[in-house]
Amino acid sequence: MAEPLLDIQGLKTWFKTDDGLVRAVDGVDLRIDRGETVGVVGESGCGKTVTARSVLKLIDMPPGRFEAGRILWQGRDLIPLDDAEMNKIRSREIAIIFQEPMTSLNPVYSVGEQIAEVIELHQNLSRKQALVGAADMLKLVNIPNPERRVHDYPHQFSGGMRQRVMIAMALSCQPKLLIADEPTTALDVTIQAQILELMQEMKERFGMAIMLITHAMGVVAETAQRVVVMYAGKVVEEAPVGALFGNPRHPYTQGLIRSIPRVDRSAGQQARLESIPGTVPSLLDPPPGCRFAARCKYAMEICTQAIPPLKEVAPGHKVACVL
Amino acid sequence: MSRQYIIRRLLIAIPSLLGISLVLFTILALAPGDPFEELATNPAVPPEVRAALRAKFGLDDPVWTRYLHWITAMLQGDWGFSFVSRMDVDTLILQRLPVTLIVIGSSQIISILVALPVGVLAATRPYSLFDQIANTFAFIGFSLPTFFTGLLFILVFSIQLDWLPFVYRADIDATGWQFYWEHIKQAIMPVMVLGLFQGASLVRYVRSSVLDVIKLDYVTTARSKGIGERKVITKHVVRNALIPVVTLVALQMPIVFGGAIVTEQIFRVPGIGSLLISAMLANDTPVVMAVTFVFACLVVLFNLIADILYGWLDPRIAFR
Repeated sequence: MAEPLLDIQGLKTWFKTDDGLVRAVDGVDLRIDRGETVGVVGESGCGKTVTARSVLKLIDMPPGRFEAGRILWQGRDLIPLDDAEMNKIRSREIAIIFQEPMTSLNPVYSVGEQIAEVIELHQNLSRKQALVGAADMLKLVNIPNPERRVHDYPHQFSGGMRQRVMIAMALSCQPKLLIADEPTTALDVTIQAQILELMQEMKERFGMAIMLITHAMGVVAETAQRVVVMYAGKVVEEAPVGALFGNPRHPYTQGLIRSIPRVDRSAGQQARLESIPGTVPSLLDPPPGCRFAARCKYAMEICTQAIPPLKEVAPGHKVACVL
Repeated sequence: MSRQYIIRRLLIAIPSLLGISLVLFTILALAPGDPFEELATNPAVPPEVRAALRAKFGLDDPVWTRYLHWITAMLQGDWGFSFVSRMDVDTLILQRLPVTLIVIGSSQIISILVALPVGVLAATRPYSLFDQIANTFAFIGFSLPTFFTGLLFILVFSIQLDWLPFVYRADIDATGWQFYWEHIKQAIMPVMVLGLFQGASLVRYVRSSVLDVIKLDYVTTARSKGIGERKVITKHVVRNALIPVVTLVALQMPIVFGGAIVTEQIFRVPGIGSLLISAMLANDTPVVMAVTFVFACLVVLFNLIADILYGWLDPRIAFR
């Protein structure tokens, strides 16, 4: 097998807080190949965002700390790198877009300046050339009148347009990996579809890999080739998208899939929309054994004793469950 | 930022200054005592002369006639006559104003130059040793009133160490470098006292403002660009953090002038602050009126400057 683009091995990112140690990411393995879209799903607070930010080392340290693990980027471990070396990778090789387009852009600089800043830095261009490049990027993400809008400020753009600007900024140096941290969560549905479509289009054009973090199963089904399901700081299931939706093995994944609202059944036919009872356990003091056990309807005694390891049940399909 | 906006703001300032002058005038008119009070106790002045003088200067007219007299004269450039100093009020003020502006101006500039980097540095390393030291100094600085630090400085630097003069002299009989050096030497303590007070609260404002901004999403975006922490702070954090600080500095201007009055009194700085105090003690109403009005104009002016700075820092503010 070819060397993966990104290979996270046993990553533990912990946070020291006044209440104790929060094990936000607690032994995560995640592999992304060149040009592949990997969906990372899970409820709020299960460690998706921390995993994503760990890759770019955007975690505040302290209180954060890499307790264990390696983040291999094209075979090179990022964890021991200092800030100067990370800065050569940020944006140039790995770019990130965030959940909140309304607050992710600096209000006091024009969008052109903010995009040009990246281009100027990583491609050694003059400010003027970089601004032309910024306008080209805005055009690419389908923002009308790019030459004029490049001088506009973020507050003159709508949410969807700002997310387009973020994508333009992220892609301006043609990174090999785009981390999209819930890029559509804050947008309304029609805009969500447009943004996902745009990301797909950009992927075809630049051939980068995408790590798509979301809690919307529907988004994953549409865009990803492989899915990683996270729960309480751990990976509980990993499978190609078809296998995951066709034959979900972990009770948590099954619950997530059942909680997708369906519009193709009439109200009479439809059973009540299912939800998973309970909430994600505190990562401050995780229970021993399987972290999902408290909410799992199949839970047995063994589940609360030892953490089930992630094992391969079919080619490319791994599950961490005793079932 | 348009010239139109500035002109409009200046025009808006006119009614507010008129309002201020009206209030000031009324209050001063209600207060007991006027410049001719002392004549009453002077046996050399017969009562008829006194009454004639009062009638001549219109001191017993109703308040509104006196106000109209005052404002029309003011608008024509006649600021009145100081009965105590026996000279025109405008010459008196023009003599004193530069000293005040130099002392207040340099203390403001010094406090901003020190407080900005200190506040930013403290915020980027919260709870570090540097932050703790900066915080301690800031607390001391703004909990001590200027009249206390002023006396303390005089005690230490003038009396114990004998480094600096504690009386500000306008008539320095030296020439060339010596002249400037003497001026700087006597300005050091008043400037430091005011600057410490100003700078201390400014450090707190800058620090908390930077701490608010530094955890915002766009700062993470900036970090993810790979532009380096220093540039993230100077370019993306500081400019945003300065927006509320500018407002606070502008709002503090009246307090600064108030502090300057006290400080001028302590160090015997011949500025308009000490002029105001002596005029009040001498019942020299025209001077009191004129000085308070100059203070009001300065405060309005600094607010205008703050608004312009605000719009320059934040493109979301439209100049309409």
